[in-house]
Amino acid sequence: MVGLHKGEFQNSLVRWIDARLPVFTLMQKEYSAFPTPKNFNYFWNFGAIATVALLIMILTGIFLAMNYVPNSALAFESVQRIMRDVNYGWLIRYVHMNGASMFFIAVYIHIFRGIYYGSYKTPRELLWMLGVLILFLMMATAFMGYVLPWGQMSYWGATVITNLFSAFPLVGKAIVTWLWGGFSVDNPTLNRFFSLHYLLPFIIVAVVGLHVAALHVSGSNNPLGIDPKGPQDTVPFHPYYTIKDSVGLCVFLIVFAIFVFFAPNFFSNPDNSIPANPMMTPPEIVPEWYLLPYYAILRSVPNKLGGVLMMFGSIFILFFLPWLDTSPVRSAKFRPIFRQLVWLLVIDVLVLGEVGAHRPEGLWIIAGRVATAYYFLFFLVLLPIIGKLERPLPLPESISRPVLGPRSGGGGGPVAGGAPAKPMEKA
Amino acid sequence: MRPMNKLVRLMRSSVLAGIFSAVLPFASVFAQGTEEPSLPHINWSFEGPFGTYDLAAAQRGFQIYKDICANCHSMNYLHYRDLSGIGLNEDQIKAIAASVEVPGGVNDSGQPITRPGRPADTFKAPFPNEQAARAANNGAYPPDQSILVLARKGGADYIYAILTGYSEPPAGMKLQPGMSYNKYFPGHQIAMPQPLQDGSVQYADGTKPTLEQEAKDVVTFLAWAAEPEMVQRKQTGVRVVLFLLMLTGLTYALKRRVWADVH
Ligand code: HEC
Ligand code: HEM
Repeated sequence: MVGLHKGEFQNSLVRWIDARLPVFTLMQKEYSAFPTPKNFNYFWNFGAIATVALLIMILTGIFLAMNYVPNSALAFESVQRIMRDVNYGWLIRYVHMNGASMFFIAVYIHIFRGIYYGSYKTPRELLWMLGVLILFLMMATAFMGYVLPWGQMSYWGATVITNLFSAFPLVGKAIVTWLWGGFSVDNPTLNRFFSLHYLLPFIIVAVVGLHVAALHVSGSNNPLGIDPKGPQDTVPFHPYYTIKDSVGLCVFLIVFAIFVFFAPNFFSNPDNSIPANPMMTPPEIVPEWYLLPYYAILRSVPNKLGGVLMMFGSIFILFFLPWLDTSPVRSAKFRPIFRQLVWLLVIDVLVLGEVGAHRPEGLWIIAGRVATAYYFLFFLVLLPIIGKLERPLPLPESISRPVLGPRSGGGGGPVAGGAPAKPMEKA
Repeated sequence: MRPMNKLVRLMRSSVLAGIFSAVLPFASVFAQGTEEPSLPHINWSFEGPFGTYDLAAAQRGFQIYKDICANCHSMNYLHYRDLSGIGLNEDQIKAIAASVEVPGGVNDSGQPITRPGRPADTFKAPFPNEQAARAANNGAYPPDQSILVLARKGGADYIYAILTGYSEPPAGMKLQPGMSYNKYFPGHQIAMPQPLQDGSVQYADGTKPTLEQEAKDVVTFLAWAAEPEMVQRKQTGVRVVLFLLMLTGLTYALKRRVWADVH
């Protein structure tokens, strides 16, 4: 058959299969020979790390589900049985529990990488949007997973979040009843959340597949944000990045293991060790840390519907990032103003996270509002404007050529505020 | 609080404090609101990455639990057989289990019967249901103690503080009938009468039963009950982390070699 590199594989069985179903050719092309910019820094590890985290979640989740009982009268006890009576149940559960946090840490760093180095720009818009979709699905999955152990925070968190939908006029109440499968969070709610919590991760796997497929069309971005100009700028993915990703993965696993084995309850709220009690509201209802910034945005808006819209909007807005950013230069390295605003955004989101953990009173309200305002200001106003106003630093000619800098002195060098960098599509 | 937790918490708060003082000049004003007395910190045997349970203390603590706390508090997630984890032997466990009567199904004429407990049974609860527990406790519900240490902010230190935090109410404070004053309980009025005093129990090993000693012992037992896997967990953890460190080193060396020719 045309196009199949017959005889390229040594093993005859592999050749036989490959001639009929070219999976080996595909792997060879996409993961072995795949030309990858040679100048990645360690931020480029986090995609691989997140993928491994997702697989760990699915694996531990499947074993948890063998022993977990999705019934409001039995769920809490079944988790205790997993912890005490199932062989290595404590390990499985602690890996799953802390794995959710580790997964979000990896994905948040991965997203930061994308923003800082402009990975969302042409031709990677769809790749970026698929990523935002993954984030959204992860949040839904983690939210529903947190309900399963049926502790106080599970129950009340579910109550607060599902109740948000009642803010929508006319249909709100009906939506909430429909979500609950009754007139309060109860056994039917737990059952459907379990079903969806089992389903969504596999949908995430599918979207990750599309995400990677899109990546392999455009190729990877890199810290300079300029396209490779030829083979001298790239290395084959294997062994160069398989080994580099392995280094990052090992370090990630060390951090992961320290939490699992030495501080397994670091991220957990003590109230979730109390069985759900519909008659007793905990003094404070807080979501898991990775949802706190959104929670802070929700509570910063005095109007309930407004808060709900802003909260969902804070993620929705990310879908439009490729068009909100009007600058043709990708990497923040060459965008002095953008770079500072992005770091401010990082601080802003951390502040939102801290605000989300506190009761909305006093200065926390003000901090929440200021931080919410900056979040939206950054995406909706600053990005479009600075793309036009900012004078990017001169871009290097190529990945292999040393970065142009003041030291090159003399003629032609860094023409101060020289010709605004040209868009760098097309290698 | 365990030092590991403390360390990470410290790191977290200092990072955030740094950010706050950079961004918002009046960070301290945020700490307004409820002032709770800070908890006394005890040097627990089970703290730290290498900490294990002081089994003698845990056994004394079990004695206190069995003789005192179990009159009001259940411990539903533990089996008698689990007590091997604090070093009790099979005969001791059998004897402890046999000292309670548990439901034993029905006899040939269909009447419910009881039988002596077995090691495979869960700890017998003092009350058949929540209502009965409340009725006997002035309307308050003594929480299940299986994971009480995990279910309270401050963990072991907090439970210790509650047990040793009883006193006369400050002048001017009026307690509800049946309530006691406790410095560390939220709201300071607790429905549990002071459960431990100097000399509440006699220790067979000759340890002097002061209030502090008793509180330390029972909290050690409760900490074990909440996380019986802890010792195995930490030991596994040391091995896993050492292995991963080695693997990281090797992987990094290999990475250097693979990349040596790329410039
Ligand atoms: C006479 C019955 C009784 C005995 C004996 C008893 N308790 Fe309690 N305990 C209670 C009640 C009732 C509460 C609920 C208090 C409240 O909510 O105000 C309680 C609550 C507690 C709390 C939770 C405080 C909180 O933060 O909610 C702890 C910890 C506790 N008991 C520990 C113990 C220990 C340890 C012992 C044994 C040394 C013990 N108790 C013996 C009745 C008892
Ligand atoms: C995207 C991947 C996933 C995320 C982010 C996630 C997140 C979570 C979270 C936060 C919890 C609560 C943990 C706790 O506090 O106890 C949880 C529980 C649970 N998850 Fe997942 N999960 C994922 C995948 C899966 C999969 C694929 C399965 C099943 C095949 C699964 C099965 C369970 C079960 C049975 C529980 C309840 C037991 C427990 O609470 O420990 N999860 N999940």
